[in-house]
Amino acid sequence: MRAARERVAGSVANFVDERTGAAKFLKKSLNKVFPDHWSFMLGEIALYSFIILLLSGTFLTFWFVPSQEELIYNGSYVPLKGVKMSAAYASTLDISFDVRGGMLMRQIHHWAALLFLAAMVAHMMRVFFTGAFRKPREMNWIFGVALITLGIVEGFLGYSLPDDLLSGTGIRIAQAILQAIPLVGTYAAFFAFGGEFPGLDFIPRIYTVHVLLLPGIMLGLITVHLMLVWYQKHTQYPGPGRTEKNVVGYPLLPVYMAKAGGFLFIVFGVTAFLGAVASINPIWVFGPYTPTQISAGSQPDWYMGWLDGLVRMSPPLESHIFNHTISWNILIPGLIVPGIMFTGLALWPFIESWATGDKREHNLLDRPRNAPSRTAVGAMAITFTIVALINGGNDIIATHFSLTINQIMWATRISIFVLPPLAYVITKRICLALQRADRDLVLHGRETGRLVMLPHGEFVEIHEELSPEEAWTRTSHEQLAPIPAAGIDANGVRAKGVLKDRIRARISKGILQEQIAKPTAKDKLEIGDGHH
Amino acid sequence: MSNKELEPLQDPGLPAHAHRKADHDEAAANRAERQVAILFLLSALGTVLFIYSYIFIENNLYIYIPILGNQHAQQLFLGLGFAIALFFIGAGAVHWAKTLMSDTEVIAERHEMRSSDEDRAAFIATVKEEAGAVGLGRRSLIKRSLALSLGLVGISPLLLLRDLGPLPEDALNKTTWDEGVHLVTDPGNRRLRPEDLEVGAVAHVLPEIEHPEHRSLNSIAKDALLLIRIRPEEFRLDAEKLSWTYQGIIAFSKICSHMGCAVALYEQTTKHLLCPCHQSTFDVPTGAKVIFGPSARPLPQLAIKVDEEGYLVAAAPFNQAVGPSFWERKK
Ligand code: HEM
Ligand code: FES
Repeated sequence: MRAARERVAGSVANFVDERTGAAKFLKKSLNKVFPDHWSFMLGEIALYSFIILLLSGTFLTFWFVPSQEELIYNGSYVPLKGVKMSAAYASTLDISFDVRGGMLMRQIHHWAALLFLAAMVAHMMRVFFTGAFRKPREMNWIFGVALITLGIVEGFLGYSLPDDLLSGTGIRIAQAILQAIPLVGTYAAFFAFGGEFPGLDFIPRIYTVHVLLLPGIMLGLITVHLMLVWYQKHTQYPGPGRTEKNVVGYPLLPVYMAKAGGFLFIVFGVTAFLGAVASINPIWVFGPYTPTQISAGSQPDWYMGWLDGLVRMSPPLESHIFNHTISWNILIPGLIVPGIMFTGLALWPFIESWATGDKREHNLLDRPRNAPSRTAVGAMAITFTIVALINGGNDIIATHFSLTINQIMWATRISIFVLPPLAYVITKRICLALQRADRDLVLHGRETGRLVMLPHGEFVEIHEELSPEEAWTRTSHEQLAPIPAAGIDANGVRAKGVLKDRIRARISKGILQEQIAKPTAKDKLEIGDGHH
Repeated sequence: MSNKELEPLQDPGLPAHAHRKADHDEAAANRAERQVAILFLLSALGTVLFIYSYIFIENNLYIYIPILGNQHAQQLFLGLGFAIALFFIGAGAVHWAKTLMSDTEVIAERHEMRSSDEDRAAFIATVKEEAGAVGLGRRSLIKRSLALSLGLVGISPLLLLRDLGPLPEDALNKTTWDEGVHLVTDPGNRRLRPEDLEVGAVAHVLPEIEHPEHRSLNSIAKDALLLIRIRPEEFRLDAEKLSWTYQGIIAFSKICSHMGCAVALYEQTTKHLLCPCHQSTFDVPTGAKVIFGPSARPLPQLAIKVDEEGYLVAAAPFNQAVGPSFWERKK
């Protein structure tokens, strides 16, 4: 039995190799080593939810009718019988109530979309806070930022498709943002919508974008993203035996493959469970879209909520120059601030390496505490986004905590300027405190809580020395020194571009100067064994 | 420059591999095998539940589940079956990998991404040679004309997008409202007399058209009005705007001047209109001035009067574009 099976496998392999020469490549690939850490699974979750989206989305396309043509509903959801609505909305009702398992698939699709974006954001934070984006992985960071951006757009277009009251309101807002762009906005909006809002063309158009264009681009980006991970080999956390020049982990076959494949099913199972028990986007409650109605307390999906929050807190600014209107109240929160945020995000690896002067390859990850300034910048960005997100739900919060919208609005308007810098300072302090704790641990060992009485009656606590492995993990990072303020050469002559250099030296000092010196072998010797 | 010279602690190297129970204990290994098999069989049960629910549960059956409330039984059990079927395949595979597959960590070497210096030099030499052979450096006419046509060819696909929509022209400045157009209720399409509206009341209004059943969303999105009645002495308007009201009845565009949502909430006691989208709040007595929120303009006001039969009609078209701002919008 076994011999026969091996013979078949052998001849298949032979067939393929004689025609492609794949054996050489595969032999190398199958021996690929993958480091293991829970935080490396976040990207995997994103990948798996993308696969789930492709599968469940394809199922939905079999019944969804992307058309704004009006019809009278006559399906099995009684409260809406006889109501005029678009074919898109009616077909979404049909999927929900007349296709067996249709509702389940809609809910799986929507939950997977939320999970997809959440996993991408979490994955990005992991990469950011551990410095995994550093050379040679800057390109993959940029692909990642592109994927998140496209993911947000894709999700928005997705929940715009059913043409219910909530999604139509979202489209209206998107149209207003488009229309607010100076010079070309009105034309862009007329071209996108085939005329005035809402028209009859928008849903068929975004349908093509949602099911073909963006998934295609994302699939391409994901493929390149993974090929680069493969080719550059995964980063690893610092630890005993782990260096910049090696990678320690499990081989692709069988362990990694079994775990990853198993994990795909687990993620799919969890989204199916959510789809089964947790209702999401009940479009039949909202009713079909009409421009004259609105559901109170309407909320976009969470990954759009921060944008909504920015729009809500924006001051009522509009300029009128030479018979033209510029809507700052839309442009600033809707385009300018997000534009700055995403550009900064995409360029971060280059900003950082410019500021620290570090142009080397890095395969060992940073522990976030050992890069205090980066960690603090990250905390600042997260704080900014959370404040915006909170204001995006200000009506919900107001009713839940019996506050007025006015109070929340002013609180967030102030917080968005005050809290992020505060988060920066606090995070940096915390990082330095953790560095100090590491130093103490390495030098003085861990407190055991056990007391012993010395001969002369004094009580001392026994400190247990760290294992060499633990001590190494806490000290193997390197501490860069700031870039010297260059620009003045030996003869005291100022070189060209001095100002730029000085600024850079200043920034680099701000970033790198504050570090708690890590213990060296000498420190440890000096303290000696007598110390407890 | 870095602490390196200060001689760091020593790297103790990869710790020795710790064996699991199942690695040397045959009984433990067999137990693990049984556990994995049970997980896979649970998945099979999930699929059975899925198939059963698909075929046998009625579409109109709802059941009450604590916490979840009333649930559509078929969708619930289809989902649970599916979830179980998928989850336990995954759980089985992971358990299998963790207990029975080899868990020795291995070390692989890395290589710098940068190519070796010889490769780089050879590459550059090849590029130079090729470029020389093509003669781009010398034949600048070819280079320039090629650049020109490549630049131009990009215009064609853009031009092809031109027919996506009509030019805006004056469309955004126009609505159906004109002198003498009747105000009718939405929904209902009934004409309104001033008496139909008590003080404090609000009505949702559209212009009367010949075939209301064919009213397009495009026109609704610009024509929708709010009709509000307060006591005439409460108005604080200039003479012109005041003349646009009728016996305390004032008409505003219902399309938010911020981003075009329906300004749907009227608070009678404060006489405020509120847009739920971003909470722009408009004060009715002062002509819908913005008192809170991101909108920068009052809601446009429509001049109204009554016709000879006593029905409310528009006295003039809107004097400005309704809805969100746009570049060509005049103050
Ligand atoms: C890649 C990321 C994707 C995201 C983030 C995403 C997101 C969404 C969301 C949030 C909805 C609204 C679902 C609802 O609550 O009704 C939706 C609807 C839809 N999606 Fe996707 N989707 C993605 C990919 C796809 C793909 C690849 C397809 C098809 C091949 C697809 C087909 C559809 C269809 C037909 C609908 C409308 C039907 C309905 O809403 O029930 N989607 N999408
Ligand atoms: S659309 Fe009305 S407040 Fe934004």
